[in-house]
Amino acid sequence: MSATTLAGRYLYYPGCSLKGTGRAYETSLLAVFRALGVELLELDDWNCCGATAYMSVDEVKAFALSGRNLALAERQGLPDEARGEQVDLIAPCSACYLVLNKTQAYMRYYPQIGQRVSQALQTAGLRYKGSVRIRHPLDVLVNDVGLDEIALKVKTPLKGLKVAPYYGCQIVRPFATFDDRHNPVTMDRLLGAVGAEVVDYPLKTSCCGGSLTGNLPKVGVTLVHALLDEARKRGADVIATVCPLCQFNLDAFQERAGGRRTNDHHAPTASQQLPVVYFTQLLGLALGIPARELGLQANIVPAEPALAKRGVL
Amino acid sequence: MSTPTSVKYQAQLDQEFAHWITGVVGGERLRQCIQCGQCSALCPLSAFMDHTPRQVMHLAREGFKHEALQSNAIWLCASCYGCAVECPKQIMITDVMYALKQRALREKVYPRHFSIPVLARAFFEMVRANGRITESWLVIRVFFKTNVLKIFGMSRLGLNLMRTGRFRLRMESIRGRHEVRALLDAVEAATDEGRRTRAPGNTSSSHVAGHSPGREAEAGKGAAVV
Repeated sequence: MSATTLAGRYLYYPGCSLKGTGRAYETSLLAVFRALGVELLELDDWNCCGATAYMSVDEVKAFALSGRNLALAERQGLPDEARGEQVDLIAPCSACYLVLNKTQAYMRYYPQIGQRVSQALQTAGLRYKGSVRIRHPLDVLVNDVGLDEIALKVKTPLKGLKVAPYYGCQIVRPFATFDDRHNPVTMDRLLGAVGAEVVDYPLKTSCCGGSLTGNLPKVGVTLVHALLDEARKRGADVIATVCPLCQFNLDAFQERAGGRRTNDHHAPTASQQLPVVYFTQLLGLALGIPARELGLQANIVPAEPALAKRGVL
Repeated sequence: MSTPTSVKYQAQLDQEFAHWITGVVGGERLRQCIQCGQCSALCPLSAFMDHTPRQVMHLAREGFKHEALQSNAIWLCASCYGCAVECPKQIMITDVMYALKQRALREKVYPRHFSIPVLARAFFEMVRANGRITESWLVIRVFFKTNVLKIFGMSRLGLNLMRTGRFRLRMESIRGRHEVRALLDAVEAATDEGRRTRAPGNTSSSHVAGHSPGREAEAGKGAAVV
């Protein structure tokens, strides 16, 4: 374990969505880590990870963009290399988490990519030696902070709240090392530890459609519909997500997805609305943080009724 | 009499293209594809594709350049990496899809008002200019470049986002914009240099080890868990 980890301090890479449509994720994440006594230090002057768009234009440019973030993290984290230290960089957005991990993996695996990225960094006056480790907040909460420690700080157990744990695609596939790629359970365990009833959700790693909801709504909304429908069938009160794009798609396109008819279902009534919240918002409520400080008011499908029904609010 | 056919004689296939795609990052094992169809079976978007992922892999490696680059499959791929993880031959199918998107953009063979490639370009340019993405402006730009009237179809969504404070118009920007530009320009210059010095078709220079980078992460599983 690196010294940065031992000291309870982590570098934090928010990514563009957490400053935009996914602001509630950042708000709740920071509130939860503060309540647990873990310090998150925002990476200074970070740039966009490039997401899927840069890979579609030029993958080496995408790796170079992430290379800058890695180089900045190394500079800011000041690892003591003589002691083999690493800098832990927390990336909560699934796209950022995947791209940063992919950059590290490909720079190591393909020498010519490593070389080209290093050369490009040099041109910009930067250098990356390879001491950064990309961490997901779920990974840090469960493996560093620990479920026992978190359970001790619970003020309002989420008793009786039925949660469908939705991981989406890009956090466990294909570069994550902290959980299983077919049946991840980290979020299940975390939410279970704070009292929630985690329902079996077989679509937990299915794709939300990404940017297709906006580009080809007919296609994207079909995927959103399937995810919502399955969670309803499983009796979930809320869906918990780890990704700003998943949250956006399931929340903002729910109205349109509800209008779709399948063979055995009619359009859901308002009472069948299914709130989609960040796992950090649920964790925050359990830790006794007020709803307003967790950004719950930013939901388009309001979460308060479902939470109040189970006595969590 | 019109006699359309999807079958081609070998001489009509593009060997340069076939050679290129089997040398791109992630596509090194494309020739080993056994056409099992696992990728198509688990792809959540197969149902909407003109050619399924299995078909795209085969078309590309055999040199059906036109069919592969014009397929809507490459733009429907949402990069969920399901296929890449399950492929029994460890082909990074997602990367092959990316390579096909890149080539289609380079050769300008994508539907002009189709918003997915337009989004990719607009995204690329915004990061180059500001270092970050401001989602609201990105969406507005894409609407203007594709079908501005669609904005009205989205007005309800826009209102919802404004009501909940999620539609912000302040443009995000970083101090190190010049660094980002220098980086991207350096990659561009090196790529141009590479294209000039390499013989056409001889683009395959990838180092190939026993496992794909994705599988290496799996092999190292547990190492990152403290």
